[in-house]
Amino acid sequence: MSKKTTYTLPIGPIHPALKEPVAFEFETDGERIINVDFHVGHVHRGIEWIGMHRNPVQILYIAERICGICNICHPIAFCRAVENAAGIEVPERADYIRVIMAELERIHSHILWAGVAAHEIGFDTVLHLSWAMREKVLDLIEYLTGNRITKAIMAVGGVRRDITENQYPTINNALNYYKENLDTIKSVFLDDKSIQMRAKNCGILTKEDALKLCAVGPTTRASGVKKDVRVDQAYCAYGDLNIDYMTPDLLTGEVNGDVYDRIVVRLLEVEQSIDLIEQCIDMLPAGDIMAEPKIPKLLAMLKKVEGDGIGRAEAPRGEVIHYVKLKAGDAPFTWKVRAPTYNNLLPWVPMLLGEEVADIPIVAASTDPCLSCTNRAIVIKGNKREVLDNEALHRMSVEKTRRLAL
Amino acid sequence: MKRLTPEEIVEYFNDKLKENIKDTKIERKTAGKKKNEFCTVWLKVDKSVFKDAVRELCGIDFPHFAVASGSDMGDYIELMYHFSVYYGERLKEISITISVDLPKTDLRIDSICDIIPGALISEREIQEMLGIKVEGIPDNRRIFLPEDFPEGVYPWRKDEKGPQNLVRDMYE
Repeated sequence: MSKKTTYTLPIGPIHPALKEPVAFEFETDGERIINVDFHVGHVHRGIEWIGMHRNPVQILYIAERICGICNICHPIAFCRAVENAAGIEVPERADYIRVIMAELERIHSHILWAGVAAHEIGFDTVLHLSWAMREKVLDLIEYLTGNRITKAIMAVGGVRRDITENQYPTINNALNYYKENLDTIKSVFLDDKSIQMRAKNCGILTKEDALKLCAVGPTTRASGVKKDVRVDQAYCAYGDLNIDYMTPDLLTGEVNGDVYDRIVVRLLEVEQSIDLIEQCIDMLPAGDIMAEPKIPKLLAMLKKVEGDGIGRAEAPRGEVIHYVKLKAGDAPFTWKVRAPTYNNLLPWVPMLLGEEVADIPIVAASTDPCLSCTNRAIVIKGNKREVLDNEALHRMSVEKTRRLAL
Repeated sequence: MKRLTPEEIVEYFNDKLKENIKDTKIERKTAGKKKNEFCTVWLKVDKSVFKDAVRELCGIDFPHFAVASGSDMGDYIELMYHFSVYYGERLKEISITISVDLPKTDLRIDSICDIIPGALISEREIQEMLGIKVEGIPDNRRIFLPEDFPEGVYPWRKDEKGPQNLVRDMYE
């Protein structure tokens, strides 16, 4: 009679994937993962609470700081929630500029992710290659908005900065750079043997699980679920554009829902984003960029509004939704933020079950988790909590990957 | 089942749940140059039929559950479950929000995890943030709040159970 012993392997809160905290507990039988549990909440910062004590224009800057990467889509979702509650009509030109900004953000986020994913499997030359490519889009974002990261371009009822015709050559220049160089990254990721060996048939999420667990973004599309806010609903200028769902079968002819498919979807989406920006520039309508450029007047109007509003947007990681309840006063009565990783937490469980310990980093990273977005609310008081040493855990994780690497 | 318009969705719910549908609203917005339309349906249901309403929603189309939000309205807590149906086809999605009022004397609601397993994180969140008991929840633990967060304080509440007393320590 044999007795099976399982071990519990704690990983985190310093994360094996991105540099953000989430704690995992894996129950393992040898190398196989047989149970997964996770703890989030280490970066709850009270953002919604802070917001409920500020006016909507001030909240914009807080919304922008929910996440270091998604600082276009959170403000878009917040603006749309307030605009829907208050019945503000956004000028057409502003709708188009919002799309251009959102797609630039997607290009930079997906290329950043590609580098991180390569790093997770120990392919650091690709990390440097992709992050060097990412610089170009950051430069373009800086050129158009004045900032590389927190762009401060959204406004309730429009956008703060216009795009003028004399900026077109610089935009085209950057887009052409990606058109010419994207194939390099594509061939590295899609044809390289070691990436295929690590990513194919690894971390599978079935279509059924993706639907039931309400996964969003590239994570769900890689499993064959057609869910993309940009295609599903008419928001900003997306309703006018030629756009379709990016699922892995468009390139490979099949849907497996594995890590490889999630790489495919993101690479396809970078190409799609370039196309969308070009469409927007071709169709850019003339006109105002703000529904109400006088901020005090806008605030005075918003103060009197009573109503609920929902704003959805497709972030690089999936659907982000903001809910706002306005109830006559300076600050919104309720502000609820739901970032995409919130919905992509539960799909980790079926993805990781049955996989090997060495696959944890790449599988966890394959959803492109963003935990500062997921953990937002509230204040912590009292007893200090012991935190594990970042360096030691990172070293352990690297050693583990190296030992198990192919 | 054929694809329903927002009006037909409201009618469908009125038909199925009769007087337990307390309030309905259809919101239409347009965007861009082509002025394509996007609809949001708001339904307020009695708490006794909340789970039935979610079941009926699944009869229309398997919904995407986005999140649950909650507002402390004084005597009662207003919970809103944000869903969407008909995604997967160009510009066909309809957003549906089912809201329910829970009196503070009886803060209980049924879990919908058996219908939509992806609702678990939201249910754990409303439990810890609003002090609502979700009956039949498969995982009763906290999700975002740390283990040493005081009992009986609910961050989304605006009454005496809110976090006001903790806020003074915020900048320490």
